[in-house]
Amino acid sequence: MSTITSRGTITIDVEACKGCELCITACPPQVLSMGTALNQAGFHSPLLHPGCTGCAACLFVCPDFCFEVFRFEQPMATAVPA
Amino acid sequence: MVTIDTEHPPSNARQVGALKPDLLITGEHHLCPGCGEPLALRCLLDTITELELTAQTIGVMGIGCYTAFSMTLDVDLVQALHGRAPSVATGVKRMRPDATVFTLQGDGDMVNEGLQEVLHTAARGEAVTCVLLNNGVFGETGGHMTATTVLGQRTKNTLEGRDAAYHGYPILIGDLLARLEGATYVARGSVHNAGAVARTKKMVRRALECQERREGFSFVEILTMCPTGWFIPTGEGPGYLHDTLGEVHVMGELKVDGRIRTTEELHAENVARQRDVEARLAAGGLDD
Repeated sequence: MSTITSRGTITIDVEACKGCELCITACPPQVLSMGTALNQAGFHSPLLHPGCTGCAACLFVCPDFCFEVFRFEQPMATAVPA
Repeated sequence: MVTIDTEHPPSNARQVGALKPDLLITGEHHLCPGCGEPLALRCLLDTITELELTAQTIGVMGIGCYTAFSMTLDVDLVQALHGRAPSVATGVKRMRPDATVFTLQGDGDMVNEGLQEVLHTAARGEAVTCVLLNNGVFGETGGHMTATTVLGQRTKNTLEGRDAAYHGYPILIGDLLARLEGATYVARGSVHNAGAVARTKKMVRRALECQERREGFSFVEILTMCPTGWFIPTGEGPGYLHDTLGEVHVMGELKVDGRIRTTEELHAENVARQRDVEARLAAGGLDD
């Protein structure tokens, strides 16, 4: 096991997402990927992986206002398989 | 692969970004996936909030996809006929000189339907701020060519790309307005990535500040994605915008404090900015 540090995190309004994927390429640390689950409207939405910096790039490029961005007071370590 | 819970807000963190702009009653809208117009709208609304202009702001809406927001915007609004928003804004500003007046129009509305309205408003030096959402197509009616469609761009009625011999050349409205004496601040931004959105927001801020100082006409053109009208996957929208529209409609501040800047100056500035962004990304991110 190893650890990845996250300085921030986000919440995603899955039901508002239209699956445009703009956030995936916009994310500087590249910690977003598209999930396979569908929302009620039939769209995929992104998943967050460890390493978020709370930079809010996803929020800036989301046309459907799906993101809330948070920064931790102390960076958070997440254990991941090596 | 490890995923993080994104359903519930964390307890040990401070919020740095909200779901929707404060001046939108609801974030729900029916615009297509990958549309750039809500991003441009966020720049405008957040700037109005930050400058504490909400109570005195009156907007004038044109006709386009973005008009859907007239039902959910928490700002006083007047709905203009197609292309006539700058003239309506002139009337509003002259009757209510203390109000902050902006227009929100698309390229089909401003440059096709009502070109003379914006030209005369700028030439008169009316102290209003016109915001143009330029995607090079009539998005609302199916993606047809507009006057700002660039050469070679594929649209519903230029399937082989816009041809100068048959369709004529695009109108670079920002450059045109910058030449008019009455225009004080003219800028062209974009929403193709987070850095461009932040830069565009600064442009909107300077335009509104210019209006507050009663210095004359201010104009911000915002290049937006329309993947539906461009017949491309949503994820390719930002790159297409940068490489196609952005190559012709060069981004940057075209006129500041009455001084016109050349395309070469803008190009040099954009290249320097790109180098800076790449260096910062290589150094670990843009968040600081």
